[in-house]
Amino acid sequence: MAQVFQPRLILSLKLGALVVLTLSAVAVLAWRISIAPHPAIGSPVEQVVPFSHVHHVGEVGLDCRYCHASVEQSAFAGIPPTHTCMTCHSQLFTDAPMLAPVVKSFESGAPLQWNRVHDLPDFVYFNHSIHIAKGVGCATCHGPVNRMPLIWRTASLEMQWCLECHRAPERHIRPLDKVFDLNWQPAGDQLALGKRLVEAYRIHTASLTDCSICHR
Amino acid sequence: MTEDPHTAVDSEAIRLRLGDTHGATMWRSLDEIGETSAFGDYLTQQFPRFANQFQVDRREFLKLMSASLALAGLGACTREPQEKILPYVKAPQGAVAGEPRFFATATTLGGFAMGVLVESNMGRPTKVEGNPMHPASLGSTDTLTQASVLGLWDPDRSQVVTRKGQISTWENFSSALGRQLIGLARKQGEGLRILTETVTSPTLAAQLQALLARYPKAQWHQYDPINRDNVYDGTRMAFGEALDVRYRLDKARTILSLDADFLGAGNARVRAARDFAQGRGAGGRAAMPNRLYAVASSPSLTSAFADHCVALRAGDVENAALRIAKLLDLPVVAPDAVVGVAEDWLAACVRDLQASRGASLVVAGEAQPPFVHALAHRINHALGNVGVTVTYSEPVVADPANQGESLRALVRDIAAHAVDTLIVIGGNPVYCAPADVRFGDGLLGVPLTVRLGLYEDETSARCQWHLPATHALEAWSDARAYDGTVTLMQPLIAPLYAGRSAHELLAMLGGGTLRSGYDIMRDYWQEKLGADFERGWSTALREGVVTGTALPEKTVTTRGDLPAHGPAGPAGADDSSLELIFTPDPSVWDGSFANNAWLQELPRPLTKLTWDNAALVAPALAKRLSLQNEDVVELTCRGRTLAAPVWIVPGQADGVVSVSLGYGRTRAGRVGNGHGFDAYALRPSDAPWFSRGLQIRKTGKKYPLATTQHHHAMDGRDLVRVATVAEFDQNPQAASGPRHATIPIGTLYSPFKYDGYAWGMAINLGACIGCNACTIACQAENNIPVVGKAEVARGREMHWIRVDRYYEGSAHAPRTHFQPVPCMQCERAPCEVVCPTEASVHDSEGLNVQVYNRCVGTRFCSNNCPYKVRRFNFFQYADENTESLKAQRNPEVTVRMRGVMEKCSYCIQRIANGRIEADKAGRRIRDGEVVTACQAVCPTQAISFGDLNDPASRVKALKASPLDYALLGELNTRPRTTYLAKLTNPNPDLKES
Repeated sequence: MAQVFQPRLILSLKLGALVVLTLSAVAVLAWRISIAPHPAIGSPVEQVVPFSHVHHVGEVGLDCRYCHASVEQSAFAGIPPTHTCMTCHSQLFTDAPMLAPVVKSFESGAPLQWNRVHDLPDFVYFNHSIHIAKGVGCATCHGPVNRMPLIWRTASLEMQWCLECHRAPERHIRPLDKVFDLNWQPAGDQLALGKRLVEAYRIHTASLTDCSICHR
Repeated sequence: MTEDPHTAVDSEAIRLRLGDTHGATMWRSLDEIGETSAFGDYLTQQFPRFANQFQVDRREFLKLMSASLALAGLGACTREPQEKILPYVKAPQGAVAGEPRFFATATTLGGFAMGVLVESNMGRPTKVEGNPMHPASLGSTDTLTQASVLGLWDPDRSQVVTRKGQISTWENFSSALGRQLIGLARKQGEGLRILTETVTSPTLAAQLQALLARYPKAQWHQYDPINRDNVYDGTRMAFGEALDVRYRLDKARTILSLDADFLGAGNARVRAARDFAQGRGAGGRAAMPNRLYAVASSPSLTSAFADHCVALRAGDVENAALRIAKLLDLPVVAPDAVVGVAEDWLAACVRDLQASRGASLVVAGEAQPPFVHALAHRINHALGNVGVTVTYSEPVVADPANQGESLRALVRDIAAHAVDTLIVIGGNPVYCAPADVRFGDGLLGVPLTVRLGLYEDETSARCQWHLPATHALEAWSDARAYDGTVTLMQPLIAPLYAGRSAHELLAMLGGGTLRSGYDIMRDYWQEKLGADFERGWSTALREGVVTGTALPEKTVTTRGDLPAHGPAGPAGADDSSLELIFTPDPSVWDGSFANNAWLQELPRPLTKLTWDNAALVAPALAKRLSLQNEDVVELTCRGRTLAAPVWIVPGQADGVVSVSLGYGRTRAGRVGNGHGFDAYALRPSDAPWFSRGLQIRKTGKKYPLATTQHHHAMDGRDLVRVATVAEFDQNPQAASGPRHATIPIGTLYSPFKYDGYAWGMAINLGACIGCNACTIACQAENNIPVVGKAEVARGREMHWIRVDRYYEGSAHAPRTHFQPVPCMQCERAPCEVVCPTEASVHDSEGLNVQVYNRCVGTRFCSNNCPYKVRRFNFFQYADENTESLKAQRNPEVTVRMRGVMEKCSYCIQRIANGRIEADKAGRRIRDGEVVTACQAVCPTQAISFGDLNDPASRVKALKASPLDYALLGELNTRPRTTYLAKLTNPNPDLKES
């Protein structure tokens, strides 16, 4: 019986299949890159005013809550109104060019437009205040912001990352008076401390992985 | 589809099945008891009429699928956009970023205020709640108030000043008005006319008085198509002066409604419902439950709840009232018998009224003529009720003049060219004036016509100037409640468009200068509140009421010269002719809510129709004229003709055709245009509520109506349980039946443990009046989309809580029961075990959680749900494109997309917020701290919600009641939502006819 396919055809079929495979691999890769959260972990986000947490937190020593005033009461930590900036900057660096947008906002009444760095999907309902109240430090999720000239993301913010703590909060929680301390490190055994704090802060670990805790 | 299920009513089969029997069978529609085959088909399909939605062959299907796959692939290539955060420049006082705030204000209907607390999320009003401190609300509201927030964000609202249809500006208008005012001032305002709706606002009234003082020859006219003319004329007849009548339903033991719908339509409807439920003994067997007798021409919420109801033509109610007066030995000329009402019915009612002297009450309907009102006052006086269950006060409205007459006078003057400047503030008189008044005709001849309105509607089209008005939530104003209590209305948001309020327009008229509504209000109240103004002002704004403004009770003396019978004499001359009655529409009211999609899609309480009105007829009349549902008929009354589809309504008086107002709009907006028929086209000005001599002619055409009455039916089971008080006293289990929930039945699945909270709900059927407020409150709270008439007809409405309406007994005079059905939150939930993606899961507090981001839309859960409470997004129902509608949404709830299942979550966002607040304070959630949207809005407090693990919670106590039963409990679903069986209180002397 004669060959159904000529050897040349077989070769081109094989080569064709290889091309298709390569292309689809490239497509999958491209797709993965395109859906990756942007900006990526560790890449600083440009802002309208190059606000430096290194300067304001690390050097001047402002408390987180001076600007993020609603973090203890609300789901949203709060971005300071222009008036908060002007409490100091009506006196300090008033003419600095980098502050021009702040002055302009103050004069015109048009709000500053900040780029969001930590952006959760819309079907996730994260609440800052309860995390603060139960001993999750700012740095646990936001990293050492006192060493960030421009803010970048240090955590993936994916569900798996959230669950890592929700399944075993004792691995991360700290005493309430250290929540806003960006330099805090556990003195001894974090697990032992965490277990004690979970008890003391009455954290209901059983329900922390319910879908309804974060999704509505 | 071969045959429409609504049309195949077999009257013969109905007659045979119901005939003379008085069984306790419950039925939902005439089709059901007729057992038409189409209805059977309808029930067997989970989502009826789905099959003929897409008729595509294999090729077409593949083409569609490949196209959509390609598009889906492309769609995934876009990156999530960079989100911005815009902080305040200067934060408002007391604001916590991200937390909702509540402001006390009011909405009005027919001028009367309903006190509300409006939720504002970062400056966006999103939800209305009742104000517990306001006498008309006591914390509850109704459907129209709930939907007002959607009205604010309606993209079809008028947005610019127009002159003869061309875009103009406020400045242009101001100069045009200025020129006109010079002439008017010269002739003392002769020719200036102002037409408003009913005014209760003290500030607006003072402004109008000041304007009339400035222009002594100007005139102020008022017209609301649904007004209280009969009430005021009735007190004029009885007491010689216009008075407002207040009822204390909580103190009344025996109540007789003479075609009055005080639960559904009165100026104090929400308060009345609360008081009535209290008198009934909500949540159990009261020591002295009240008893409600009703005479009704067309079924209403009030007549549906009545222990004894007779259907009577509206024009015959007068005879029934006379007969009752006669039986009470009042000096009246009464007929010997009333056609349609058995004499022992009236006698039993009168005995009951007498037995509870001083605690009985007779209420005349607003559609009844003044004489019936006067008669009711006289009967109440004779029964010693005045001062106890009924009190009187000076009129709440600024001017209780007869509005029908006021409008007629205006039209006469327009026709006589005596009007050269007409200012129409609010309302929509061109559309809603009675047909014979022909208000719109003369308008073009008036030299200057100005219209201030929310929409560029029928009236605007006939006026030279249209000015956009501010919404009630955008402007400063004030308004009085039914008892006179004033609420200062504060804006929740700056006007979205260039709107101005009536106060601001009147200020322009008065002084020519522009003053802000805020200044006008403060000036007025500065005078009233006196020395301690600032404190009084801020207290009033915070509490939503100005203390001490309720009008005092007034002692009345009955006039001696009361007529012994009505103006027409003892009726009965043309008894054979049909009667046409006009009713406010439960959803669009007088037409002003026509562009509100929530209300359009809300099934009407009794007919369960959506998106349309219909000519309602009794089953007997339908049989005589061989009419079927959706048959288009021509209604001819006093020379005017209108085509309308028929809807057969059990409990309707034979010989009565009722039509609801507010439909057939042509310039309402994209939502309201082209639905229903315009009943104003038949409405005569001398008989605005009912008239005889109606003729019906079948046209042979059909008009499809979208009703939800068969949707999600749970066929043939013991769903609504009812017992009389007497039966309950003999056997407390009489109503609830065997306690299915406690029958131990095995299960294959391991039980859940509920260590923390265990949420549960109890719904008291004995208090539910079927008003639908829960449905629309849920819609507002949970971002539930509307789907449109065509989708409703396919059974795809999205309401998370529906109110099922059941009839019991004969089709002629059925008893009516309502049953709100949200998700039952089963402990052994059939939906959970069938979900392949675990999108339907149980949580540790006992909720069946629907996880939208997991749902792939198999609809297995919905198929397996015995309660039919799951709703599927067949299309992208949620509007993602209209900017203003985005602002209305509750930020605490996900906006669902196409292909996702959704259902009641017990307002999980409210539970979550309650849990977080309690956790932060290191305590448990207190009973009553978490209130679901349906519970909060309920006027009769029929819904209770709370933690079943809290031994002291109210819901726990209610579930221990012998009336408690589980819906389909025999399925062993262990629902967390259970019902309290309904207790009725019929007169043992009266056998149901």
